[in-house]
Amino acid sequence: MVDKSTKSASAPPKAATEVVLQAVNLTKRYGAAVAVDNLNLTLTRGEVFGLLGPNGAGKTTTILMLLGLTEPTAGTVRVLGLDPARDPLAVKARVGYLPDSVGFYDELSARENLSYIARLNGLARTAAQQRIRAAIDRMGLSEVIDRPVGTFSRGMRQRLGVAELLLKEPEIIIMDEPTLGLDPEAAQGFLKLIRELKHEGITILLSSHLLHQVQAVCDRVGLFSHGRMMISGAVAELAQRILGGGYRILIEASGDPRAIQSALLALPGVKKVEAAERDHFVIVGDRDLRADAASAIVGVGGSLIGLDVEAPSLDEIYATYFKEATNGAIA
Amino acid sequence: MAQSLELSSQPAPVEAPARGRKGSPWTGLWAVVSKEMADNLSSVRMQILEVLILLTAVGAVYAVMQNVRQTVSQDPFIFLRLFTTARDPFPAFVGFLSFLVPLIAIAISFDAINGEFSRRTMSRVLAQPIYRDALLLGKFLAGLFTLSLVLTAIWLLIMGMGILGLGLPPNGEEVARSLIFLVATIFYGGIWLALGMVFSTVFRQPATAALAGLSVWLFFTIFWSMVTSLLARTLSPVTYGLPEEILRQLQTEQAISRLSPNTLYVEATLGILNPAVRSFGILLPSQLEGAVMGAPLPLAQSVLLMWPQLTGLIAATILLFALAYVLFQRQEIRA
Repeated sequence: MVDKSTKSASAPPKAATEVVLQAVNLTKRYGAAVAVDNLNLTLTRGEVFGLLGPNGAGKTTTILMLLGLTEPTAGTVRVLGLDPARDPLAVKARVGYLPDSVGFYDELSARENLSYIARLNGLARTAAQQRIRAAIDRMGLSEVIDRPVGTFSRGMRQRLGVAELLLKEPEIIIMDEPTLGLDPEAAQGFLKLIRELKHEGITILLSSHLLHQVQAVCDRVGLFSHGRMMISGAVAELAQRILGGGYRILIEASGDPRAIQSALLALPGVKKVEAAERDHFVIVGDRDLRADAASAIVGVGGSLIGLDVEAPSLDEIYATYFKEATNGAIA
Repeated sequence: MAQSLELSSQPAPVEAPARGRKGSPWTGLWAVVSKEMADNLSSVRMQILEVLILLTAVGAVYAVMQNVRQTVSQDPFIFLRLFTTARDPFPAFVGFLSFLVPLIAIAISFDAINGEFSRRTMSRVLAQPIYRDALLLGKFLAGLFTLSLVLTAIWLLIMGMGILGLGLPPNGEEVARSLIFLVATIFYGGIWLALGMVFSTVFRQPATAALAGLSVWLFFTIFWSMVTSLLARTLSPVTYGLPEEILRQLQTEQAISRLSPNTLYVEATLGILNPAVRSFGILLPSQLEGAVMGAPLPLAQSVLLMWPQLTGLIAATILLFALAYVLFQRQEIRA
């Protein structure tokens, strides 16, 4: 990470990983409008991949194509070695899907909703009852198992949606905007759950536009815009590529601003120094440069008042990338 | 019914052409049917309509009973009278059914598809290992079974009240005729059920779909006879007042009026429930040669008479369902 000009990146986290989901040149057009444009995506077993992008970027369309709910205009998809357009039943039996703003039959109870899904999956009655019980217990809904879903809160519905996924015991889980509309606590709980599922060896693909939440759980992310996957990789890797470093150090120091600024700029590993407002400086560096910065400021006779570091954030990567992309710097 | 549908969704046996799909399109069909039927039977709107039909059945039978008690011994088809006799202020039970059945059918089906979208359950259900075929057919069959269940219960009720009130059992022919009437009624409902499904696929708002269904029903119930005579006058005008011209106009009018499911249903029930009916519409003297007026037709002849109407009802049901099927298959499933 010391090397400033790292462009190669994409070192796979683990060797000899099994590919469970692969999309090659996937394209979907609605008339003249292109919803998804030549998407290439590969997921290995047990990883969490975040599909990130603004609303209308084509995330949901991509997910529907991966499930075989929409036919691609061009390109191929392989899920667990199967083609969802040809063999959707086998794919859908092994892949769980949690749509955004998941809905249930409000007049039926949680148990009845899940037993309908169990029957659609062809589970035997007794096995289904056991699995429903286990899934509901795990999601902490045992108290309300026989209450109509109409009385459930948004967070409870979302948990019931996950209970439905667990019921199927899927190998891959696809979630569309899973934390949207949840309160911060519920969202945190949800992210914890995603980590647990990952530890059970389930591959997870999730789409979101809430970048800071996704950042915490995803092994790799792909930035999506206007139907195209612009860049993908691990968050740290992207920070390196897009922000050229990624660590932002916020400094408050009094003294001669010019002297401080030039001293900071002279530090090894510093990309950029901005003088924000009076006595405030921001350094962008490729590592945590707090100690170096402190001694540099003291060295030129300034007095250090405050020092803080921001780890590379997806929001920033995202904003920077699309700003540069629209300026034509990267394309 | 299944034959005409399987064309678009043949399960591919082996590694075959690129378009083929694996797995039976009817996987999960019975899960959908049983869930939807349970929903239909427990829904409040169904219970309201059931009570309504029940009241009309009891009312109609009671009114008829007052009327026919005196003639029990002379009339060989006394049980059929329970369905067809009108007595002020009650119209005949058949008349009631001809506008209540569409109402029930539309009430069952108007939110079948768009309801799943508005509750946001569509993508979740279709993400399970089933094809869309199973979902749509399951919903349709559940509606048809619900309708059959309700109508059969009412049929049994009327027969039972008849036995109690008249003090004699129905004969075999009466049972056969009234059962055929039951089948015709179910498929008459099937048409409106399928129409409701078409609208529930086309319109995203359940309220719009319900209104569209009810407008079609109103159109055929009230306005169709006006449209018919207007069209007949334009298509086959009577210029010189010749009998041929008048006859042709009447025939045109009858042909057009039969485009309405109501006409088909009324004719079918008339043909099967009234053994004395030997033709619909105009009867020429030549057709009456050698006929004993008022003598009942044998069952086979009555069935022959109403056969085109019955098949028409069934065919219209299948056609409308096929339309809903095509529309639904082409629809984008976006949550």
